[in-house]
Amino acid sequence: MRTLTRVLEGIGSTLQLLVRSLSHVPTLPRQWGRFIEQCYLIGYTTLPIVAILSFFIGSVLALQSGYSMENFGAKQFIGSLVGLSIARELGPVMCAILLAGRVGSAIAAELASMKVYQEIDALETMNIPPARILVLPRLAAVLVMMPVLAIIANLVGWFGGAIVAKYTDFIAIDPPAYFAALRRFMEFKDVLNGLIKAEVFGFAVVLVSCNIGLNTRGGPREIGASVTRAVVTSLILILVLDYFVTKALL
Amino acid sequence: MADSCCSATRNPFTHTETPAVSVAIEDLSKSFGPLEVLRNVSFKVEPGEIFVLMGPSGSGKSVLLKHIVGLERPTGGRVTVDGRAAAAEETREQIRMALVFQAGALFNSMTVYDNLALYPREHRIADEAGIREKVMRALQILSLENAAEKYPSELSGGMKKRVAIARALVMEPQLMLYDEPTSELDPVMSATISEIIATLKDQYHVTTIVVSHDRDLALNIADRVGILMGGKLVFLGTRDELRGSADPRVVDFLNPKIDLANPRFKQLET
Repeated sequence: MRTLTRVLEGIGSTLQLLVRSLSHVPTLPRQWGRFIEQCYLIGYTTLPIVAILSFFIGSVLALQSGYSMENFGAKQFIGSLVGLSIARELGPVMCAILLAGRVGSAIAAELASMKVYQEIDALETMNIPPARILVLPRLAAVLVMMPVLAIIANLVGWFGGAIVAKYTDFIAIDPPAYFAALRRFMEFKDVLNGLIKAEVFGFAVVLVSCNIGLNTRGGPREIGASVTRAVVTSLILILVLDYFVTKALL
Repeated sequence: MADSCCSATRNPFTHTETPAVSVAIEDLSKSFGPLEVLRNVSFKVEPGEIFVLMGPSGSGKSVLLKHIVGLERPTGGRVTVDGRAAAAEETREQIRMALVFQAGALFNSMTVYDNLALYPREHRIADEAGIREKVMRALQILSLENAAEKYPSELSGGMKKRVAIARALVMEPQLMLYDEPTSELDPVMSATISEIIATLKDQYHVTTIVVSHDRDLALNIADRVGILMGGKLVFLGTRDELRGSADPRVVDFLNPKIDLANPRFKQLET
C-alpha cells in the first residue's frame, strides 16, 4: 500500500512539474544560453557512446541473424532485419537507456545536490521558479537532441551491420546488396515511428530525473539514493512506455 | 524598537525609498509528523527593526524563518508580512524578501558575479550594464570587489557569508532574514558580520530578522530579542531587558556554566 501511494505521489508530482514547466514556455527564447548548454550536455556528450553501442548492436544483429538465416537460405534479408530492428526498436530504446544512465543520473545528482545544499530554496526565495530555469531548458533540449541521437544510432547501427555482413565468411553480403534489402522492406514510417519513440522516452527520462532530483530530502547520502531512483525509474518507464507507444504506432 | 527614521527602506542602489515592512507571527504551530517543532508562537517585528531570534539548536528557529519566506506552511496559526499571507505567491512578488542561508546556499556552478547577477537578470530589472553596476556596488559595500570572478568553492567561510549577504542586497530587499549568519566563523569574522547587519539596517532601514545563537550579536545589534525553547517563545524583549532577565532558562542560555563535576550530558542520560 505504501509503495502504491509513493508511486501515485511520484506520478502526481511529475505531472505537476510538467505543468509548471510548460507554463514558463514563453520565457524560453530568453533562456537561449541554457538551452544550448543543455543541448551540448544531452546531445554532444552522449553522442560517442551512442555511436559505439549502435555500431556493435548493428554488428551483433547482423552476425546473429546471418548465422540463423543462413540455414533457411534467407541471408539476403539481413539488411532488412537489421534495418527494421534498429530503426523501430533498438535505436530509440538504446538511446533512451543511455540517456537515463548518462544524462538522467547527472540531472538527478545536480538537482538533488542543489536541493540538499539549499540552492533550490534560495531560488524560491528569489522568486525564480526552479521549473523555469532548471527543468524547461532541459526538456526543450531533449526534444531537439533525442531525434538527432536516434538518427545517428540508426545510421551507425546499419553501417555496423553492413561491415559485419561483408567481412564475415559465412554471410559475405556486399554493402550494396545489404542496403538494397534494407531499403526494400523499410518505409519512412518505420524510421519516423522510431524517432517518435525516442522523443517520448527522452522526454520522460529528463522529466522524471528532474522531479526526483528536486524532491530530494535529507543529507548528502540522499543524493546517491536519488540518482539510483532516477535511473531505475527511467529504465522501468522506458520499457513500459515502449509497449504502449509501440502498440499505439502499429 | 524601530524609530521614525526607519519607516521607509532606502534602496542601496537608487536611494529611493519604499515603506519598510512589518512581520506578524500569530499562534504559529508546525509539526513534522508526530514531531511538534513550533507551538503557538506569536510576536511582531516592527518596520525597520532588527529582531534577533535566539534559542538552542533544534528549537525551531530556522523552521520559523522558513515560514516567513513561504518555504514552509504552518500547521496552525498564520504568518503575515505587511499584512499579507507569507505563504502566498503574490506576497513574494509584491514584497522583496531576501534570506541569507546558514551555509550561504550560493550557486556552486556560478561565479560570485553571476550569483549576484542572477536575480536582476531573471527579473529583468536592468540591462547588463545596469546589472553590472548593481552587482559591483553590492560587492563594494561588502568589500568583495576582488572576489567577483571566483567560484564559491574558492571562498573562505566568512567570504561565503558576505557573498550571500551581497546577493541578498542586490535584491533591494524590504525584509532581510539571516539564518545563523555567524555560525562556523571565528570571533572577529562574527563581529564583522554583526557590523554588516547593523550597518545595512542603519543605512537602508531594512526590516531585519536574524536567527542566531550568537549572544554577542544579539546583545550588540538587536532592537528586540526573542528566545525560542522547545518550540515555545520563552522570552521577548529589548536587549537591555534580555541582559536583566532573571528567568533561569534565559540566564542559563546566555551564561551557561561549564560544570565538570555535574556535566549536562550526564543529566540528559538520566
